Amino acid sequence: MALIEVRDIEKTYPDGTRALRGVSFDIKAGEFVAIMGPSGSGKSTLLHILGFLDRPTKGDYRFSDKTISEHSEDELAHVRNKKMGFVFQMFNLLTRTSALENVKLPLLYSGVKESLWEKSAKEAINSVGLSHRTYFEPNKLSGGERQRVAIARALVNHPQVIFADEPTGNLDSKSGEVIMDILHKLHRQGHTILMITHETYTAEHANRIINLYDGAIINDHKVTSQHKAHKHPIK
Amino acid sequence: MSVKQTFKTSLIGVKTNKSRSALTILGIVIGITSIILMMSIGQGAENLILDEVAGFGAETIVVRPGQEPTGPTDIGETLFSDSLKERDIEMLKRKENVPDLIDVTSAVIVTGSVSFEGETYRPTIFGGSVRFFAEVLNLEPGEGRFYTENEIRTRANVAVIGTKVREELFGNDEAVGKLIKIKDKKFRVVGVFAKKGQTAFYNFDELVIVPQTTAQVYLTGTNHYHEVLIKVSDPSVVKRAVHDIEATLRESHGITDPEKDDFFVVTQEGVVQQISTIIGALTIFLSSIVAIALVVAGVGVMNIMLVSVTERTREIGLRKAVGATNKNILAQFLFEAMILTGTGGIIGIILGGLLSFIFSIILTQYAGLSWPFSFPIGAAVLGLFVSTLVGLIFGIYPARKAAKKSPIEALRYE
Ligand SMILES: Nc1ncnc2c1ncn2[C@@H]1O[C@H](COP(=O)(O)OP(=O)(O)OP(=O)(O)O)[C@@H](O)[C@H]1O
Ligand SMILES: [Mg+2]
Repeated sequence: MALIEVRDIEKTYPDGTRALRGVSFDIKAGEFVAIMGPSGSGKSTLLHILGFLDRPTKGDYRFSDKTISEHSEDELAHVRNKKMGFVFQMFNLLTRTSALENVKLPLLYSGVKESLWEKSAKEAINSVGLSHRTYFEPNKLSGGERQRVAIARALVNHPQVIFADEPTGNLDSKSGEVIMDILHKLHRQGHTILMITHETYTAEHANRIINLYDGAIINDHKVTSQHKAHKHPIK
Repeated sequence: MSVKQTFKTSLIGVKTNKSRSALTILGIVIGITSIILMMSIGQGAENLILDEVAGFGAETIVVRPGQEPTGPTDIGETLFSDSLKERDIEMLKRKENVPDLIDVTSAVIVTGSVSFEGETYRPTIFGGSVRFFAEVLNLEPGEGRFYTENEIRTRANVAVIGTKVREELFGNDEAVGKLIKIKDKKFRVVGVFAKKGQTAFYNFDELVIVPQTTAQVYLTGTNHYHEVLIKVSDPSVVKRAVHDIEATLRESHGITDPEKDDFFVVTQEGVVQQISTIIGALTIFLSSIVAIALVVAGVGVMNIMLVSVTERTREIGLRKAVGATNKNILAQFLFEAMILTGTGGIIGIILGGLLSFIFSIILTQYAGLSWPFSFPIGAAVLGLFVSTLVGLIFGIYPARKAAKKSPIEALRYE
């Protein structure tokens, strides 16, 4: 049974913009999927719906075998907190707040005992290799480091899926590589990852690529492992 | 998310915007400072006045002719009304009429000035028994002596004067033994009252007292009284005695309708009540001004909170994305508003306390008033409560606005 089941999803914004025009696919647990497509093709819109941040205007979306329409607002928030992790292009860290506190943020709303927060947050920071920056505030971190803090924040509640919207979009290629390596490692550890990207070489870290065009899927294909190994040998 | 954690989150929110927070709470600080100042000064003034009033025996009752004055212009009524005569005094003295009465005396008020060698002063001039003033009102002569019953009987031209009068007429010179002129009649000063100040009924420092017999014959030429002072056995019987006095005088004057009384009774309790009423009314008036100021301050807080909510749209979106519910966000911003105004309240309490302390020092040191400082704990508790309440009331709207933001709109916000 698939973790994510999307059936004929449509999204029309209140101003009449048809961002999605009937999208269907399944994603199984453990997959690493890249969503590609030109600007304005509806990638972010799709990711927001998959991440329970927005509701589709039409169609059916099941996550962990539960339909989005069955959840109340509070339940959606709870699922986002427990089962999903988000990484954004703009990092979205709280300014004037240390990396540690930023990573703790999801724990605040998780019902996890406060005494465990510090340990979980430090583990997550450790897993993205940023222990030496634990108490730094975002403005003292490089873009790549900021994005790693954001990934640590996405990981801290041990989610089933990580949604990433152009995680390398604001980074130079070297920092982008570091981020991709982390996502790769997470995938190997069993995380399901859904990532939007513009760059083909980034998308090829994934084992599946979905191409969107004008709100519809025009291509959905597996990436062969030889191909991947050739371009980016696993470190 | 527990209350404690929400509180912590809100506290961080307030701290990260220190200068804006400071500006936001300025209005609250001023409002609460005024509450503390107002209540502390109101209390001090009341204590001071009541203290002075209490100097006049609680078991003393004053009866005056005419209708009870409702304003300062009605005083004339007392001077020109001739309803209280010797006959009334005799009636009041009878045991069967006012059983609680243990002493009574009467006085006339003389309007006019007093002069000595070119110095002139307009004090309150009483024609009365000095014994009454001495015993009933606990007055002592500071210099010289009081005049005797014999001098009253013989209509002697003697006078006892207050310290203020003495100062005005004689400066630092000896007063006892000198001849002063009251309405062109010569009187010998035989004594000066010890300093006493204002009481419920008179300011003794500005008083001149001469024998009532002398006053009636040589100064006013009338046979009615302006004041009848009655001493009863105990403060607890004052109410009953007042009732008896009124009944006696009504019978003596043939009055059936109390509305038509041609006299009125003043007691210390009544005066105390009047003062309390006036101070109470004043406090309510000032309170309503402060309340308006607090509402204005509250609107200021709301305004800035709204700006803050808009500015922090991304933060709100992020929090929601990582699992904050609408309630979490609502609580966070509501707490922020309450922390802001509550802090303003605490600063206001400290500032208000400090100012009233300084005020009390100035009044005691430089004005010589008895004005002890006591921290107005009641006002402080009220101030803290009110300031937090302002935060709650004016924080609700911005907090709801924050809570209602949809996570994607917030995340897309530039
Ligand atoms: N809140 C909104 N209201 C109206 N139209 C919107 C809104 N959000 C997005 N759109 C429109 O929906 C379409 C899809 O937007 P979306 O952000 O999903 O594109 P995208 O594929 O992520 O593009 P990019 O690669 O530039 O991020 C666009 O035409 C966009 O203008
Ligand atoms: Mg996008």
